[in-house]
Amino acid sequence: MVEVLVFAVAGAACLVGAIGVVLSRNPVHAALMLVMTLFGVAVLFVAQEAHFIAAVQVIVYAGAIVVLFLFVIMLLGVDRAAELSLGALPAQRWTAAAFGLGGAAVLVWMVAAVDRLYKGAHSYELEAAGAAAGDADAAATSYLTDVSAIARSLFSDYVYAFELTSLLLIVAVIGTVILARRSSGDDGPLDGTHGGDLQQAEGAPGTQEARR
Amino acid sequence: MSGLEVTTGWYLTLGAMLFLIGGTGLLLRRNPLIMLMCVELMLNGVNLSFIAFADRFGDVHGHTVVLFVLVVAAAEVVVGLGLVVAVLRASPRATADDLSALKG
Repeated sequence: MVEVLVFAVAGAACLVGAIGVVLSRNPVHAALMLVMTLFGVAVLFVAQEAHFIAAVQVIVYAGAIVVLFLFVIMLLGVDRAAELSLGALPAQRWTAAAFGLGGAAVLVWMVAAVDRLYKGAHSYELEAAGAAAGDADAAATSYLTDVSAIARSLFSDYVYAFELTSLLLIVAVIGTVILARRSSGDDGPLDGTHGGDLQQAEGAPGTQEARR
Repeated sequence: MSGLEVTTGWYLTLGAMLFLIGGTGLLLRRNPLIMLMCVELMLNGVNLSFIAFADRFGDVHGHTVVLFVLVVAAAEVVVGLGLVVAVLRASPRATADDLSALKG
């Protein structure tokens, strides 16, 4: 019963935070709602015996990524309320509605199908698989909670992918430094022939409002 | 089996709901910062599914994949925020629609 309570509270925090990210007008509020979702997901990781992943989730996501978001928001001073209305693309709201409603329909159908599968005719294979998984659970729990098991998997089976992530991080760091650098001559990388477009939009708020 | 029990399906459903909310927000919002946050929501939904399956089948490889997703998410956020800084510095009220100026 405790499990159900933990799932309900953490899942509700996740969903409220996610909807808050989508609907909040202020980017700072959206970032704080994102923290709520990330902590909810971390609690659900703990509930599934993934303690190391939960710690990494809190450290990397809430500790680094959201702080980076807030830092950029504060640095650029875009923390005022933004319009919630949609952009210039007319098909956009229909695309979003189709994605949301279609995805929700598929989700409901899948949940119903799995429910029927489990509750329907006595599928001995399913029961056998469940029993086997139950037996494996006792052995697997101690295996899963072991950080060394993750390390063994990471440094043996996935060692090439692990090395590639280091390359990815180096490329990301170099790319960000080049992108965000303000070179001495101009105001930034966008100051080409098309930069004037953006500057003009900045100078004339009416145009900007009309675009929204 | 008496009473309510948290099964793998509950976690998968929650992960799918997070993915859907994030994807819908990505399509709805025009603020590039919030669009990046919505991508993070989608990645978290997928991570939840990976951990749910890892717990269900007692397989540690799901945890490893989640670690890789975390690394890729961190790199993506760093590059995305670099782009946002570069664009918003030129035009503080730019939305994602204004980025069509980058088409060349």
